[in-house]
Amino acid sequence: MKRFLAAACFTVLTVLSATICIAAPGTIKIGALFSVTGPPSFLGEPERNTAKMEVDEINAKGGINGKKIELIVYDTTGDATKAVQAANRLIKEDKVVAIIGPSTTGESMAVLPVAEKEQIPLISCAAGSKITDPVKKWVFKTAQNDGLAVAKIYEYLNKKKISKIAIITVSDGFGSSGREQLKVNAAKFGIQIVEDSTFGPKDTDMTAQLTKIRGSQAQAIICWGTNPGPAMIAKNVKQLGIKLPLFMSHGVSSKKFIELAGDAADGIILPSGRVIVSDVLPSSDKQKKSLIAFVKDYQKHYKTEGDHFGGHAWDAVMLLKNAIEKGGETPSQIRDQLEKTQNIAGIGGIFNFSPTDHAGLSKDAFVLVQIKDKDWALVK
Amino acid sequence: MELSDQIAQYLVSGLSTGAIYALIGLGFAIIYNSTEIINFAQGELVMLGGMFALFFINFLHLPLPLAVLSAVASTTAAGVLFERLTIRPLKAATPLSLIIITIGGSILIRGIAMLVWGKDTHAIPAFSGTEPILIGTATILPQHLWIFALTLLAIAMNKLFFNYTITGKAMRACAVNKRAAGLVGIDVRKMVLYSFAISASLGSLAGIIVAPLTMTSYDVGIMLGLKGFCAAIIGGLSAGAGTVLGGLLLGVLESLGAGLISSGYKDAIAFIILLLILFIRPQGLFGKAETERV
Repeated sequence: MKRFLAAACFTVLTVLSATICIAAPGTIKIGALFSVTGPPSFLGEPERNTAKMEVDEINAKGGINGKKIELIVYDTTGDATKAVQAANRLIKEDKVVAIIGPSTTGESMAVLPVAEKEQIPLISCAAGSKITDPVKKWVFKTAQNDGLAVAKIYEYLNKKKISKIAIITVSDGFGSSGREQLKVNAAKFGIQIVEDSTFGPKDTDMTAQLTKIRGSQAQAIICWGTNPGPAMIAKNVKQLGIKLPLFMSHGVSSKKFIELAGDAADGIILPSGRVIVSDVLPSSDKQKKSLIAFVKDYQKHYKTEGDHFGGHAWDAVMLLKNAIEKGGETPSQIRDQLEKTQNIAGIGGIFNFSPTDHAGLSKDAFVLVQIKDKDWALVK
Repeated sequence: MELSDQIAQYLVSGLSTGAIYALIGLGFAIIYNSTEIINFAQGELVMLGGMFALFFINFLHLPLPLAVLSAVASTTAAGVLFERLTIRPLKAATPLSLIIITIGGSILIRGIAMLVWGKDTHAIPAFSGTEPILIGTATILPQHLWIFALTLLAIAMNKLFFNYTITGKAMRACAVNKRAAGLVGIDVRKMVLYSFAISASLGSLAGIIVAPLTMTSYDVGIMLGLKGFCAAIIGGLSAGAGTVLGGLLLGVLESLGAGLISSGYKDAIAFIILLLILFIRPQGLFGKAETERV
């Protein structure tokens, strides 16, 4: 009941804060589109929380160049149509200078033509490579490209002399983008995909696909998806007694996955942002300072550990702040400053934007981690 | 691995998913037969079963059998409450408006579940371990055996109830002709209430026994509900062997389709079957044109 009341109050407050926005003079209006509810809420909720937390902190310290930031958040519920409507509203009614989000690749692809047409900088928090490839003038992103995660896994496979793999990907935006990257990059690393299967985001039994994989020549399985599907797959792999090494995507790099998959999670290897292993990073790591600050801050405000999804929003706010500090006032100035971003260590990695690269991260943004005894361990 | 070994695994996997579809499908059929409405909140009752089990096991730390019984009881109470608050108050409603009400009700239940239990997926411990069991060349989990056993038990109890108790016979009378049943002194409204109670307990049982395998979240009810609905349609909405066979058939076809054709078409297979049945044999795969429905 307490939780219900808290949730009810929270909803009312969000609605109020989203609808009653009195434009104080000398404020900078930033829009945000997050799927706070709906299936991708595991992305949108930490992103919204993080963005709010960081904006409050910036304002408490006096704002940017003496101006307060006003963050206007709309919930897109994971629906591309709603995301487009909300983006139009942010631009035309709220008159924001820049937009953070949306949370998913599908929504981002739907919203980016709007940003391009209205000439408002957009910093997407989704992972799909195609958001910034080819480069669009007004669109940037903070989440690590899935292509980089694929490269990280393939490198490891090369090292282990594994050349035949099976892939099993979820049939949503995240999964199909991952599937594309897995296929495109395979030849480059001399890897052959011998079995290519998919599963639905709401599927509850993947033994059929895995049985087929078991019957193939594959030496390893790579699964690309977000909870709960991959946890189901981990369990099914154990059930079928498949001994092949199992790899996952960065889409499951949160404690929730270990909780859901239980014992079946043991031994799984995945590429991940550094957030989940921030405490065991060497102190020479450039990102360590911001990582620890973020994790602690999030813990203090929301009583749970900050994850790398929230980190995407943290990075987006930070990049915007940086661009505005350097003299971005109008949307086009902010865009130009964003493009000049160099060597800024955030949560997702070290950002270097350029006119030909609006994703800004290299494959060093990922580390490989293995699940051991229900915790993360760095793979050397 | 040989193709025949693979097919054995597909069949075993398919039958265990199919058993769940059958249980959910029975819930649809029982309510349909006493009220002529399709209760689209059936899937949410399945979800509630899993969620209540989660609550009793993980938060109240009740022993498993007690937790399962409490979860079934709570969901049954929810089903009864649902009937009382949404179906009963409408005096002269058409089946169509009642069906629309059940859709509204399902959205409401889902919303409440989201606020109470949050949006995360939750795992429930398996009833008796997770060590796979080898059957020939196929493997299943101990939980699958629970699913088969409890499904069989539920179906047998249902059969006994409808054939050998006064209340069960009265409900069958309502299914044949409501007006006539009313004329011979059967309290039709009470029978409607019972049908909701039975459907809710069957649905919740399905939700509970499947949760350790598939995990549960506030929105699992939609897809499970639709699959159960397919099973019931294949079985011609009979609250007996038809729906059970329909569920098993659906599970096996899905599993074979995913394994042999393409995993991308898994859900499509279920809905293509649904459409084919509705077009070609609206009375169900096993039914004669006029069929005994309970």
